[in-house]
Amino acid sequence: MSGAVVSHWVVHSHRFETNAATREPAWVKRLLIAIALAFFALFLLLPLATVFAEALRRGWVVYFAALTEPDARSAIKLTLLVAAIAVPLNLVFGVAAAWAVAKFNFRGKQLLTTLIDLPFSVSPVVAGLMYVLLFGSQGWFGAWLLQNDFKIIFAMPGLVLATVFVTVPFIARELIPLMEAQGREDEEAAVVLGASGWQIFWHVTLPNIKWGLLYGVILCNARAMGEFGAVSVVSGHIRGRTNTMPLYVEILYNEYNFAAAFAVASLLALLALLTLVVKSVVEWRGQQQLSADQEAT
Amino acid sequence: MSIRVEKIVKRFGQFVAIDNVTLDFPTGQLVGLLGPSGCGKTTLLRIIAGLESADAGRVFLEGEDASDTHVRERQVGFVFQHYALFRHMTVFDNVAFGLRIKPRGQRPAESAIRERVGQLLDLVQLAALAQRYPAQLSGGQRQRIALARALAVEPRVMLLDEPFGALDAKVRKELRRWLRSLHDALHFTSVFVTHDQEEALEVSDQVVLMNHGRVEQVGTPTQVYEHPATPFVYGFLGAVNLFHGWVQGQHLDVAEGRLPLNYGNFPAGTEALGFVRPHELDIATDLADPSGFVAQVERILAFGSTARVELTGAHGEPRRLYEVELSRERADALNLSAGQRVRLKPARIRLFPPEQVAEVSIRILGGLGTQKATH
Repeated sequence: MSGAVVSHWVVHSHRFETNAATREPAWVKRLLIAIALAFFALFLLLPLATVFAEALRRGWVVYFAALTEPDARSAIKLTLLVAAIAVPLNLVFGVAAAWAVAKFNFRGKQLLTTLIDLPFSVSPVVAGLMYVLLFGSQGWFGAWLLQNDFKIIFAMPGLVLATVFVTVPFIARELIPLMEAQGREDEEAAVVLGASGWQIFWHVTLPNIKWGLLYGVILCNARAMGEFGAVSVVSGHIRGRTNTMPLYVEILYNEYNFAAAFAVASLLALLALLTLVVKSVVEWRGQQQLSADQEAT
Repeated sequence: MSIRVEKIVKRFGQFVAIDNVTLDFPTGQLVGLLGPSGCGKTTLLRIIAGLESADAGRVFLEGEDASDTHVRERQVGFVFQHYALFRHMTVFDNVAFGLRIKPRGQRPAESAIRERVGQLLDLVQLAALAQRYPAQLSGGQRQRIALARALAVEPRVMLLDEPFGALDAKVRKELRRWLRSLHDALHFTSVFVTHDQEEALEVSDQVVLMNHGRVEQVGTPTQVYEHPATPFVYGFLGAVNLFHGWVQGQHLDVAEGRLPLNYGNFPAGTEALGFVRPHELDIATDLADPSGFVAQVERILAFGSTARVELTGAHGEPRRLYEVELSRERADALNLSAGQRVRLKPARIRLFPPEQVAEVSIRILGGLGTQKATH
């Protein structure tokens, strides 16, 4: 969706540039570019560079030691594990929700679309607290969970729940406008030809939405690995047990262990950068498909 | 393979899309469902396909009740206005789709599928484009592929929803002729929806005219054009000049004057509306001629084999508008010029009682409201 807007813009701004009648004065252009670049360098690039510089200040040996230390390794593992559970869950939910909203008419459709956005508008701390109030030892289900010896808060399930909550909108939000724009005709054509529901999804719907879906998954994954607030509330910060990477960074920092803190942070930043690269590739591919589709109509 | 729909009713909220429609589509015929947008023609087609369910009524395919059969099992072919080709599949894969998704027991061998798809692509004359993607084809080519894809599963009936609606005029005409010849070769029972009267009259064996969710008339193109059953049909199938007046013996007395009637099943003194097609009006330059009525030439549109003349009446305010269609020879002989006063003489008038006309306002020249007000 955002891809379409971008490509449209590029074409238009180019046309504006080459046309003397609509071109802005050169100083306006230079000033705007300068502001944007200065801001970018000062507030984004410099801090990011600092993370890597600080991480490597005491050399590669210390850097790798900080990352291979057992607590760090368990934090990395836990982060990847939580993301590996939360992202597929949201994938299923996102596709189901988008399908329901885009292809069916039902009561409460508007409400569902609005509620999908709830995690974006609620503070992550509140999200974490909700689960503590529900599943914590003093919470609604606390006694029952205690009896059955099932730990949610201060354990992995709590981390997954909080992460899922925070990352719910990404995939659904990406798919709903896409599927609404595509309409139902392709699916109708397939069902008339005799395709079953599963065949339609697999051979028609999924190929039509795959780039949007992948884009949503990447965003969802980035947030799942980087989430701090909600996870912080339900984690309990037990080293080696319930510390994810962002939480671990904070602990190390508070202990004045800067080299280690920045080392783990740099790893998180690397994951983010990698996500960004993959995202750009997907966006680019999606845009190509989109322009092919637009040519088609 | 015949289709019968019986007492179909379909509502969307308060809006009645189809109001108790019963129709027969005989085996091997190409039937055109014609009507203005919102008349229920597409909804009826989708109900036959099973893509929409009727609130009441039954659909029979080949005599058996298919009302509760799932779309998947109805074995109908459906062609969409915007093609609905699978964009990520090649032309070949699109056409093969219906065969490849069949359950294992019924699925032909891959070699048989290849052969069948090849035949179909030959049939639609696009075999050379088998490995292209839909985005690389023109609109007309895409619609031919969509038809080949629908034919691949050997449907019992073929349903086409405004199949040429998204194409430009020239391609549309070409495809129309092509569809007709394809139908003559294969004789599948088909129903196609259109709002273009020329298309319906040119392509169909039978035309079904629909308006406000009801069937107005069913007949061959000649029947419906020459003998329109209702004022709606008359108005929808071509331009009309309208005259409001009272029947007096062999004449219709209207504001413009006294018009001769060539048939008279209306009792004297009845109020009636007379419909005259543009080609049924003749122009006389001799103003002393007592027949017809006086009008003034406004515009002459002379291109092609016919000339259209737009005239305004001498009576009433605002001025009534008339349209006359002449052969080029006749127009040349008359040598008309804008502003000239002439006499208009209807050769044939078709009468309808005014209450029947009340809700019809399509392509009636001059406007009904004005006509009534000025009388």
